[in-house]
Amino acid sequence: MITTRGVGVVDVLGRYDVLGAFWVTIQLAVLAALGSLVLGAVVATMRVSPVRVLRFIGAAYVNIVRNTPLTLLMVFSILGATFILGLQLSSATGSNIFRWAVVMLSVYHGAFVCEALRSGINTVPHGQAEAARSIGLTFGQSLRQVILPQAFRGAVAPLGSTLIALIKNTTVAAVIGATEAAGLLQEIVENETGTLAVFMIFAIGFVLLTLPVGIGFTALSRRLAVRR
Amino acid sequence: MIGRRGRVVLAAAVATALGLAGCGGGSGGTAASGSSGGGQALKIGIKFDQPGLGLKQGDTYTGLDVDVATYVAKKLGTDPARISWVQAPSAQRETLLSTGQVDLVVATYSITDARKQKVSFAGPYFIAGQDLLVRSDDTTITGPESLQNKKLCSVKGSTSAQKVKSKYPGVQLQEFGTYSECVAALVARGVDALTTDDTILAGYAAQPQYKGKLKVVGKPFSQERYGIGLKKGDTALCRKVTDAITSMVADGSWQKAVDANLGAAQYKPGAGNPPTTDPCS
Repeated sequence: MITTRGVGVVDVLGRYDVLGAFWVTIQLAVLAALGSLVLGAVVATMRVSPVRVLRFIGAAYVNIVRNTPLTLLMVFSILGATFILGLQLSSATGSNIFRWAVVMLSVYHGAFVCEALRSGINTVPHGQAEAARSIGLTFGQSLRQVILPQAFRGAVAPLGSTLIALIKNTTVAAVIGATEAAGLLQEIVENETGTLAVFMIFAIGFVLLTLPVGIGFTALSRRLAVRR
Repeated sequence: MIGRRGRVVLAAAVATALGLAGCGGGSGGTAASGSSGGGQALKIGIKFDQPGLGLKQGDTYTGLDVDVATYVAKKLGTDPARISWVQAPSAQRETLLSTGQVDLVVATYSITDARKQKVSFAGPYFIAGQDLLVRSDDTTITGPESLQNKKLCSVKGSTSAQKVKSKYPGVQLQEFGTYSECVAALVARGVDALTTDDTILAGYAAQPQYKGKLKVVGKPFSQERYGIGLKKGDTALCRKVTDAITSMVADGSWQKAVDANLGAAQYKPGAGNPPTTDPCS
């Protein structure tokens, strides 16, 4: 057992709901991953579409959101959106925080997902798009049936990196009071002082969450790679 | 996509979130104004971002903690010019002391049993209590019992936030990373009250930009005993620091420092002040 002066691992696990906090982290990560995947796919489609305005909007979105600190987006969601603009996602404070955290994580990582997908689209040879159009498929049809299925397979590795970043970035939601792992860490440090054991618990927790994701996506990217 | 209106609000939110740390401040004495002189150099950990307690503005440091630290240093034979101020965020205070990066910590440091296992305390030099800060036109909030269905703000993970959650479960609690964001939310009517130690609340209420807009309710519902942290087991230093605190109260400097730093917002120190110090062990 690891014990430093003060609290040990067993004390912390016994007195605090560490698993509950990590469960919130997982919920945030899963919902935001889905949200950012949908948003990223839409924006990526806009960025490769033949319509100039859509391409511009897509590029503007990526460049603004990707270059804005996530902390700022989080604080804005409560201080700016909820309190000043009155955009409440729930009348209960707790679920308002959780929903805004999911939205902001999705919005932020959507930009990265978009770029990952675009890099995937670039792995599909030009000839395929031309062939698809020449047999009479519309832009939408060729995207759905020819380009995107291959693009997703080519984008698996960068999507995995984005997902790992997203899981770790859920900790930023602590700045608006989400009840996830980093928030509980602050609570424990306040009450028990920061011991090495406390930090190790949370570090190991995140490694346990992200390591399988990394291994899984690497394996998946090998299996799904389009051989050309 | 963020529209133009959204961007203006975003800019406003940034300005309130980041700007508060830079402005305001009480009328406390400046610490770095001593004559050239002697004594042993001291490294003292304080808060850099807490108006009325420990606030850094350029090269000047103001606040009650700064004044107490300066007084104690003088009694230890250290000239104010020989003090180097070190930022001591809450989570790092024990480490700063145990690794010798600072000699003393005077940074709204509550004496608790968990902390006593890692550091020693001299004092207390002030007894604070958890209280509420509300808008001055608000007469509905008179204490923690009147918070039902009100929105309350505090800092994530802080003792105050935890206490409210366990003792008053009917309260809607919004948490942020810093008190500055809570004050901004309170002024913007996003929350109805802000809770933490009354000293910190009085410090914010006394800032020029909030003068007259905010008030401390004045019904403390906990006791936080602020001590001066020092390396564990240094009984000799503890005795000297304790003597310094006792003489600060006795010669009137304590009252003067409290009035100068926290008095502006009609704040009166709660019961138990000026405190009697604990024996060093």
